[in-house]
Amino acid sequence: MRYAMAIDTKKCVGCSDCVVACQTENNVPIGYCRDWVTESVTGTYPLVEIEIRSERCNHCDNAPCVRCCPTGASHIVEGGVVMVTHNKCIGCGACIQSCPYDARYSHPEGYVDKCTFCHHRLVEGGRPACVEVCPTRCMYFGDLDQPQSEVSQILARRKWKVLAPEAGTRPQVYFLV
Amino acid sequence: MKEELFVSGRNIPNIDPHLNIWHWQIPLYLFLGGLAAGLIFYAGLYTILNKEKEFPTAVKLASFIAPPALVIGLFMLFLDLKHKMYFWQLYTTFRIESPMSWGAWTLMAITPLSFIWSASYLKEVVPGWDWKNKWLDRFEAWVIAYRKQLAWVLVVLAIILGIYTGILLSAFNARPLWNTSILGFLFLTSGLSTGAATIMWMSKNHTERKVFGRIDFLLIVIELFFITHMLMGFQASTEVQIQAASLFLGGDFTVSFWVFVIVLGLVFPGVLEVLEIRGYRIPVAIPALCILIGGLIFRFIMVEAGQVTRYLY
Repeated sequence: MRYAMAIDTKKCVGCSDCVVACQTENNVPIGYCRDWVTESVTGTYPLVEIEIRSERCNHCDNAPCVRCCPTGASHIVEGGVVMVTHNKCIGCGACIQSCPYDARYSHPEGYVDKCTFCHHRLVEGGRPACVEVCPTRCMYFGDLDQPQSEVSQILARRKWKVLAPEAGTRPQVYFLV
Repeated sequence: MKEELFVSGRNIPNIDPHLNIWHWQIPLYLFLGGLAAGLIFYAGLYTILNKEKEFPTAVKLASFIAPPALVIGLFMLFLDLKHKMYFWQLYTTFRIESPMSWGAWTLMAITPLSFIWSASYLKEVVPGWDWKNKWLDRFEAWVIAYRKQLAWVLVVLAIILGIYTGILLSAFNARPLWNTSILGFLFLTSGLSTGAATIMWMSKNHTERKVFGRIDFLLIVIELFFITHMLMGFQASTEVQIQAASLFLGGDFTVSFWVFVIVLGLVFPGVLEVLEIRGYRIPVAIPALCILIGGLIFRFIMVEAGQVTRYLY
């Protein structure tokens, strides 16, 4: 099993519903977030192009945060989801430094926190909260090992990219372009 | 032509300004760890070479600086932790891939051993010292009998500690300025250089001072070579590393790096040491202090600047 997410940058309008849904679902402290929206504008007026991306932890196959964690608090669970065990985390910040996507933050309680792909929902057969609420339905989620899953289907049909592939992390959040 | 107008990116006030999670505690620890590694290395080395008599400061007196340096360094590391009460989790596991795990275990071993090393010389350094405890007396006699073996262990641990202070940073490919394998050896050289400078400064013995002046000069040359090599490596690497190097080559850290690290911390004391070798009388405190301050600033700059560099997408 290999969970992955695909986000359609052509459909995303940057409404930030995914951000609010995540904050509510995961009880993220006020002022913090596990996912965020990046708006990238390129070109010179009038020839400008905009790309909107809902970003989060990429749940990398080759996760540098898991490699550098001195206590094993950062670990990978079934399905390739990168998780942090709060009472094993010492808050040393190594994983924050190691993430090319800056997807981790120091929770006010001291431990390091990040997106879990809503693991508590996955184990009950559900999908991440951000995917559920997306009003434009631009987010796809599922098992890459299942050719019939919606994420496998859309990645087979569409052109996509991942962020900073040169970092060698093999990220599992795909952006449809 | 495509020109990037702006990338609004993210702006999360409680996260983004705090992503440079390492503040003054880490560079201070890296400096103290490197200094202690240098001091312990020379103490062990000259014991193994049977030269305790010729190098009394390196083997005995200067080794008393290592234990407090390590304890303060460890305290700095503790201060840096955000989830402090769970620090013991470091010692419930050993993770071979994690440099921080290596460092935690190395410090766990080298700190008590360096205390034991210095304590075994307490009677020689402090005249009239008495343990007033027969068990401590017996333990001291046992340590003195096995001093050579202890020296071997300490030399190996000191090299691991010295390299670790650099590898701690170089293991992060997300921070391109740090992500160079030469950093481990650069920090080791710098640590050995600060250690040699301290011994040179403390020594009352003319030959010892001369030898450590020469060792230090050699280390300065090696360090300059490593720094040149590092910058050349960045220039020949990917865009993110070219940008990382540009911080020192015209960017925000140019002045502090070239003035304080290269000129004040390396070239100036190097020139003074050459003059000393040529027979000029130079007060030893000047080059020693320059090397120590240069080494400290070098670590502050590397930690600060490294956290500014990141991947672009």
